[in-house]
Amino acid sequence: LVENVKLLDRYTNRKAANGTLYLTATHLIYVDASSEVRKETWILHHHIASVEKLPLTTAGCPLLIHCKNFHVAHFVIGQERDCHEVYTSLLKLSQPVKPEELYAFSYNPKMSKDNREIGWKLIDLKVDYQRMGIPNDYWEITDVNKDYEVCNTYPPEIVVPRAANKATVIGSSRFRSRGRIPVLSYLYKENNAAICRCSQPLSGFSARCLEDEQMLQAIREANPGCAFMYVVDTRPKLNAMANRAAGKGYENEDNYDNIRFKFIGIENIHVMRNSLQKLLEVCETKSPSMSDFLTGLENSGWLRHIKAVMDAGVFLAKAVKDENASVLVHCSDGWDRTAQVCSLASLLLDPFYRTFKGFMVLIEKEWIAMGHKFSHRCGHLDGDPKEVSPVFTQFIECVWQLMQQFPCTFEFNERFLLEIHDHVYSCQFGNFLGTCHKEREDLKIFEKTHSLWPFLLQKKQELRNPLYKGFTAYKELQPNTLPFSFQFWCGMYNRFDKGMHPKQCVLDHLLSCMSQKMKLEDNASELENKLPFLDGPLPSEACSLSKVGSAASKTPMLNTPQDYEGEPPPVLTNGISVGNVDVMSDVDQKNKENLCNHQDLHDLNDTNVLDSEAREGEPQCH
Amino acid sequence: MEFSELIKTATVESVLLSCAGLPPVRGTLCITSHHLLLSSCPGGDGQPGTMELWLLIRNVDAVEKRVQNLGWYQPPRTNDSPRDTRLAGSSGTITLRCKDLKVLQLEIPGMEECLNIASSIEALSSVDSVMMMYPFFYRPQDLRLEEGWHLFPLEQYFQQIAAQTSQWRLSDLNRDFTTCPTYPADVIVPAAVSDDTLRRAARFRQGGRFPVLSYYHPRNGTVLLRSSQPLTGPNRKRCPEDEVLLGMVLDEGERGFIIDTRSAQAAKQARMTGGGTEPKSSYPQWKRLHRPLERGRPLQESFIKLVEACNDASLSMDRWLSRLESCRWLSHVKAALSTACLAAQCLDREEASVLVHGAEGTDTTLLVTALAQVILDPGCRTVVGFQGLLEREWIEAGHPFHLRCARSAYSHARLKQEAPLFLLFLDCVWQLSRQFPFSLEFGESLLLTLFDNAYASDYGTFLCNNEKERCLCKVKENTHSLWAWLNQPEEKKKYLNPLYSHNPLVIWPSVEPQSIQLWQGLFFRWIRPSQYLDEARAEMQRLVEGNEAPAKESAGSRLSRSLSDPAAWTENER
Repeated sequence: LVENVKLLDRYTNRKAANGTLYLTATHLIYVDASSEVRKETWILHHHIASVEKLPLTTAGCPLLIHCKNFHVAHFVIGQERDCHEVYTSLLKLSQPVKPEELYAFSYNPKMSKDNREIGWKLIDLKVDYQRMGIPNDYWEITDVNKDYEVCNTYPPEIVVPRAANKATVIGSSRFRSRGRIPVLSYLYKENNAAICRCSQPLSGFSARCLEDEQMLQAIREANPGCAFMYVVDTRPKLNAMANRAAGKGYENEDNYDNIRFKFIGIENIHVMRNSLQKLLEVCETKSPSMSDFLTGLENSGWLRHIKAVMDAGVFLAKAVKDENASVLVHCSDGWDRTAQVCSLASLLLDPFYRTFKGFMVLIEKEWIAMGHKFSHRCGHLDGDPKEVSPVFTQFIECVWQLMQQFPCTFEFNERFLLEIHDHVYSCQFGNFLGTCHKEREDLKIFEKTHSLWPFLLQKKQELRNPLYKGFTAYKELQPNTLPFSFQFWCGMYNRFDKGMHPKQCVLDHLLSCMSQKMKLEDNASELENKLPFLDGPLPSEACSLSKVGSAASKTPMLNTPQDYEGEPPPVLTNGISVGNVDVMSDVDQKNKENLCNHQDLHDLNDTNVLDSEAREGEPQCH
Repeated sequence: MEFSELIKTATVESVLLSCAGLPPVRGTLCITSHHLLLSSCPGGDGQPGTMELWLLIRNVDAVEKRVQNLGWYQPPRTNDSPRDTRLAGSSGTITLRCKDLKVLQLEIPGMEECLNIASSIEALSSVDSVMMMYPFFYRPQDLRLEEGWHLFPLEQYFQQIAAQTSQWRLSDLNRDFTTCPTYPADVIVPAAVSDDTLRRAARFRQGGRFPVLSYYHPRNGTVLLRSSQPLTGPNRKRCPEDEVLLGMVLDEGERGFIIDTRSAQAAKQARMTGGGTEPKSSYPQWKRLHRPLERGRPLQESFIKLVEACNDASLSMDRWLSRLESCRWLSHVKAALSTACLAAQCLDREEASVLVHGAEGTDTTLLVTALAQVILDPGCRTVVGFQGLLEREWIEAGHPFHLRCARSAYSHARLKQEAPLFLLFLDCVWQLSRQFPFSLEFGESLLLTLFDNAYASDYGTFLCNNEKERCLCKVKENTHSLWAWLNQPEEKKKYLNPLYSHNPLVIWPSVEPQSIQLWQGLFFRWIRPSQYLDEARAEMQRLVEGNEAPAKESAGSRLSRSLSDPAAWTENER
């Protein structure tokens, strides 16, 4: 507990708040003592990406905290010694060494064992394969990997062509980096074209593998409507060629029958990490000019990378839908770019994945089950910083970009994406721990932790998209991928700079319109049942949900201008997530927005109106 | 001059019209004095019924022609028809780039017809005489000529002020436009200053634009004034009457701010050409702030470059962002909003009166005063209040629409005095509406309509450069007012913001770059597919209205229909 701490607002010279800093086992909590309403800032230790002690100032010792959800908190602590203690504690708390130290293993929302288990069963990938019509004449679900003999980063059950026997599978796995053989990701029922995924072949300059060739042939022949299949390498050609020297590489078109090989050119995790770093620097610049911002945005390359991922997803979807062709996708290991591209293509092709349930399935299937290394990419544990990369963030952003173009096609809203993004880093739930299915089994996450999905479904009312026109309104999406269709996502990268966001929230207003409408319905549960879950009713979703967690789901519903005042002060609840607190501080913020915003202007218009006479001599460029 | 002299070919059959986002249509092209008319062949090309395109020729910004002489080409003689052989002979393509940024392509059989049509359109679209323009000929049946012209008398605006203070008076010293040719007949001035003093002060201001009241802030009685630059010149001339006039605005000990929309250096340089700025010594109570805003040619070029970039589909992400940056349009938006906020802040927070001027006081000055009022005054944020604001602060205040909006972003003609200040203003209002989605009674569609009409219109509202010219041309007697048309209940409905709810507070926008967006609805109106966004709008309307009165249901679908109607397609409407 440290008293007399100031929290500086990043964008304004608003009089710094004075308050108290608390360190709990899981959170850093700052309570603002100076304002009349209790205002709190909660930062989960797991969300802390970096802690910096800045040079001592007259006001005290500044401590700068960057979070993985792009929150930046700038504290000034009166006493140097206190600051140092906070600093070292946070360093330790934010970088756990052992998995058991992660929040998920201590998070206890007081839920019965049965409900916890039901929660884990909410998403069943088999049901999704059934939805695609698998098993069928061409595809089967096999447990060939039940002991992780084929591939230790794949789940025990995988979908492969019926025509590929065990010998083919095993043979192919020896020819694929880390044994990640081609498996089915999505089957487009309308024409039997499939999206499959794998890792790069160990082809070097000339190596071949008969079984691998048979495997690809089997995939191609599982789609009798098309004489060829695409093999898409999502890497830039140069990277793929460089890999050949290490005995890896890409498919030689001469060795595989009727494949069309194509590079797509998405950059690797290191480029993406650096790009995000540059983007965040731009976002953090204090009062940049328009030119600074746009130049910075361009130089970061971030939107270029987002466009590359989107273009790849669009290519896949078009190949499947318009050319009736199956596609096999890989990058190097097939767990980063491949996951992005396959999940995006599925989202474009199948409206189910644009529902709450479907999106959960999609993430479970293409990211969690197929071994996207969340633990490494998100830096859950103290480890190699070069393994950290915003691959999943990019996917989430692509979905957001689609929401901008197709506002009525998603059942959920932007907040759902942000919640998921928060929890990928929060380690509060077991879903994203570890790097693959086997590791999660070893960690016993199914026994010891909770699943995120029931927790999110419980908050469905505030995460839904009021403009959603239902499951059947739109089928495939064909997004525009011209550069102007990609916008900077202020709601993500400057999410905690409330002053930048629209001052009145359309989403809240529409949600409240919607909830009023729902009240008029005779039976709310009846409405639930109308929601399009194609894979049958969930295991008593509604009843189990009501008991999950104790986190309050109070949301700011009304946000019409008349409601600027009179919102209750945020109350702290047990076991709350940071996401919740954000929503609450949001309410608080909005009350004041209209009143205190002029302070920003002081700042923007060259500090103060009063001293600008002194600056007259200088030419001012904007 | 007779229009018929300019029309070399009046009718061509079998012209193929294509326009982004719509299926091509084949029909008969007809050129009239003011319109390009294309009516599709009934039943032809799978078109049910007749479609008609009416394009106001004044809307054409640039005509590009390309002729192909295919005389040497022998088409395979399989199923040829007379039309085919004629097509094979020669044909031409005319690309019409419109002031509202839409691009149309006409494929015209016959080289000569093509060239004739192109030169007719060129000649007709460059007719510069106001009295020859379409508003003087347009006579809709459901409107009366005088309607809409006297909706917002300054007298009425003055009465609101007079109800709160007696410090201001309405003066008609400019009734014959001699004191200031670009001011309206009536202006609001300090009650204590005589018309004589005003006349003398006017001689000290460029174009006679002496300081007048633009806005009275009822919350604290401070005022927003506007004028042109003082004519101090190289010898630092003074004018006691001008000093008295400005002195009368402030009580003893009160402080005011002068926001000069030029840089300090530019203001200083203006002295060499007879202009200048208010020296501290002569106006001790006024503090000068310089906020340079772009205008004139650089602003027009910024607009042209932006539109070029928007139309270039071949750009990579990096090139797009770099061109968005280098055209500087968004920088101008940010600067305009910031300066308007500064003015508003001086009034509302510093409780100080403000005088805004640049050089002539007809461009950036009006941009700032009008925007500041949208920020401060909830009354300006209704459909009618916004019209009143435009009437007072742009039209009557003498923004030279005829000169500034003569050409839009595509024209190849040598630039004269074109500059998109009004568009910049509309863009800033759009930014406000995005940041305060419930606070403006009108939506994007009204801003788009205003943009379209400022550049080419059936109505007389934006004709001429000032009230004097409007009087000479008898605009108010011989043309219809845009407001009369907009305010018809059925029409007005299309422009309403379904989320509107009166917000009595000042709306302070964020001017961080992250908060300022490119106005896609304008710059990509004819390029981006709008279906999904229109559906979202309709859905939103349905949701909001369903909440209030389920009976209004039909308005939503009507709105979506009119919005998803990008070209000016009318089905035998006229």
